[in-house]
Amino acid sequence: MSRPSANRTKKTTKNVLVHALLLILALIWLIPILWVVMTSFSGDKAFSSNFFPRKFTTANFKTLFTDTAQFYFLRWFMNTLVVAVCSCILSTFYVLSVSYAISRLRFKLRKPYMNIALILGMFPGFMSMIAVYYILKGLNLTQSLLALILVYSGGAGLGFYIAKGFFDTIPRAIDEAAWLDGASKWKVFTKITIPLSKPIIIYTILTSFMAPWGDYIFVSVIMGDNYNNYTVALGLYRMLEKEFINTWYNRFAAGAVLVSIPIALLFICMQKYYVEGVSGAVKG
Amino acid sequence: MGKENIFHKISKAIVKAFKAVGRWFAFFGQHFIKGDIFTKLSFGILGLSNIIRGQIVKGLLFLGLEAAYIFYMIENGVHSLGGLRDLGTHKQGMVMDKKLGIFVLQKGDNSMLILLYGVVALSITIAFILLYRTGLKSALTVQQVKEQGKKPLSFREEVRDLFDKDLHKTLMTLPITGIVLFTVLPLFFMILIAFTNYDHDHQPPGNLFTWVGLENFKTILFSGQTISYTFWHVLAWTIIWAIFATGLNYLGGILLALLINRKETRGKGLWRTLFVISIAVPQFVSLLVVRTMLNNSGAVNALLHQLGLIPQGTYLPFLSDPTWARITVIIVNLWVGIPYTMLITTGILANIPADLYESARVDGAKPVTMFFKITMPYVLFVTTPYLITQFIGNFNNFNVIYFLTAGRPDTLSYYQAGKTDLLVTWLYKLTTGQMKDYSFASTIGILVFVISAVLSLSTYRKTASYNREEDFQ
Repeated sequence: MSRPSANRTKKTTKNVLVHALLLILALIWLIPILWVVMTSFSGDKAFSSNFFPRKFTTANFKTLFTDTAQFYFLRWFMNTLVVAVCSCILSTFYVLSVSYAISRLRFKLRKPYMNIALILGMFPGFMSMIAVYYILKGLNLTQSLLALILVYSGGAGLGFYIAKGFFDTIPRAIDEAAWLDGASKWKVFTKITIPLSKPIIIYTILTSFMAPWGDYIFVSVIMGDNYNNYTVALGLYRMLEKEFINTWYNRFAAGAVLVSIPIALLFICMQKYYVEGVSGAVKG
Repeated sequence: MGKENIFHKISKAIVKAFKAVGRWFAFFGQHFIKGDIFTKLSFGILGLSNIIRGQIVKGLLFLGLEAAYIFYMIENGVHSLGGLRDLGTHKQGMVMDKKLGIFVLQKGDNSMLILLYGVVALSITIAFILLYRTGLKSALTVQQVKEQGKKPLSFREEVRDLFDKDLHKTLMTLPITGIVLFTVLPLFFMILIAFTNYDHDHQPPGNLFTWVGLENFKTILFSGQTISYTFWHVLAWTIIWAIFATGLNYLGGILLALLINRKETRGKGLWRTLFVISIAVPQFVSLLVVRTMLNNSGAVNALLHQLGLIPQGTYLPFLSDPTWARITVIIVNLWVGIPYTMLITTGILANIPADLYESARVDGAKPVTMFFKITMPYVLFVTTPYLITQFIGNFNNFNVIYFLTAGRPDTLSYYQAGKTDLLVTWLYKLTTGQMKDYSFASTIGILVFVISAVLSLSTYRKTASYNREEDFQ
């Protein structure tokens, strides 16, 4: 045996080992996901003593929508969609406005604003939720979807770091050239910067669209017992409470699958932008 | 370096802040001296100087807002501000009605609403002072423009400026309104609550609460009562959790990224997507699923039975034994966090100059040495801000703990908390649980803020991405 070929065998073994390791890790990461998909089609009762269900059925999906005695899944789904679309439009508008102003315009309150945003970000987000609840009550808005939209988009102006980092990378020379040609700053923002910023706009839209699907804390405080206006996160959480879990467990899985599919697809589409955004913001 | 330096900096910053405040108020005096009769009168009738000099719409706007403020103050505001002094004096209960000669139910003051209205009145007043200052500034500006013989800007021209020279005002107004209404105001309100005794014994409307100064901080930090015992133990666990959760995720994520990014690994995109799927699913879904799987009668224990690894009738207490639960949440958090770090470090790893590795290889360095001498320092350097935000994020990691264990297993030695509770989940329980100890919850919130602030300010301000932001433009 000559040395090069021994080297090659060693390399191949190593390669096989690495791929095997990756395969095992990928399985560990995917098992809970596969398991919930499996459970959503399971015909067994909740907490059966089998890891793999014995019977398969699509009844869980059907009853999820038809059994509306306690839970109105379809309605919650539509609620969440409405809230997500509205708060995503508002948040995107807020984030883009603030981050463009911070990145491109120079004004007296710029640095103070950035420092205040930094400080506000250090308080635990839901420390103030009880006060938010009472403010909404004062505005006569509690238990309404509008309240959720306002709360989700209200703080959007603080999350400008990633978009600002992106705007910083667009050469200032382009702006200056346009100003010299007599374009107003508003024109430069809408006609030049926005068209150049597709990745960050998509990123902002998607993140703010996805937030309401996963939020539990604020919905639970704001909605209380108004079942009609629940969102999917709160509804699914309720299904796992002691009095419901036995009948609703498999349906919970079905609901979880239905919610996860669109969100997961969106996330996988935007992971490129996610990475660009975050690594753009941390480069230094 | 050293302590002196920091103290020096802080004292300098304080002096600077005082000077700025001084200048801010000196403004009013200076404007009064510089102004002519109309500008001086504008101190009383806001917008007068603008109206007389042709900026009618603007002047009327100022005047209208001033009138609205005065009207509000007379109607409600003064009363609301006064309420802040003692937060109500009439307790709900039976009082002797002298005229009727019987006890009647007195509708007591609601301290909570008094505090809320007081805070609102205070914010409106602050907003008005800002408006007042702007109005006076504008009064002098238009006077000086006239004195120079120029024509003041028409309303239309000013609106045009809002989309050009003053674009920042247009862009920032709405977002800042949202922030003030749904972040600053509630936060201010809750900070005030930390200095009251708004706990389960003092719940309005049945009972009053009032100012107690720093009492809550003393109780939580030094009192030696159960709540203080709970605070220190929960804090210790929170720190342990944050260190392990951040450190292991970071290391694991980098190693995974390295495995996938090796030159010889096939199907890089496929591997990455497989791992990303687990974070693409909404977090509450995956965490609730993992929770039910790890239940004492859940799928994992069922699988262990079926495989014969543990005898029938027994189970592994993944989430029900304190020590098991603490280890389980850290491990499940790895499952949640590693793909994120992998995604983020992937791009950074690709940017490491290849010649660094080349020259190391020529010098005969082993892969392990290269990892610790080249990869880690480089990645650490670039991702320090990310690491700090991750640490603070884990310190406040509500989702993982709440959805997995909800802080359980509970223990009697803690006050309203369980063995896996972090400070933030404990805070959540104190506000939404049976007891509703808002004052303690707010105090804990402030303490969490202080810890996060000290952690990040001491490190974040030193990083390049904060100090040298102008370099990238």
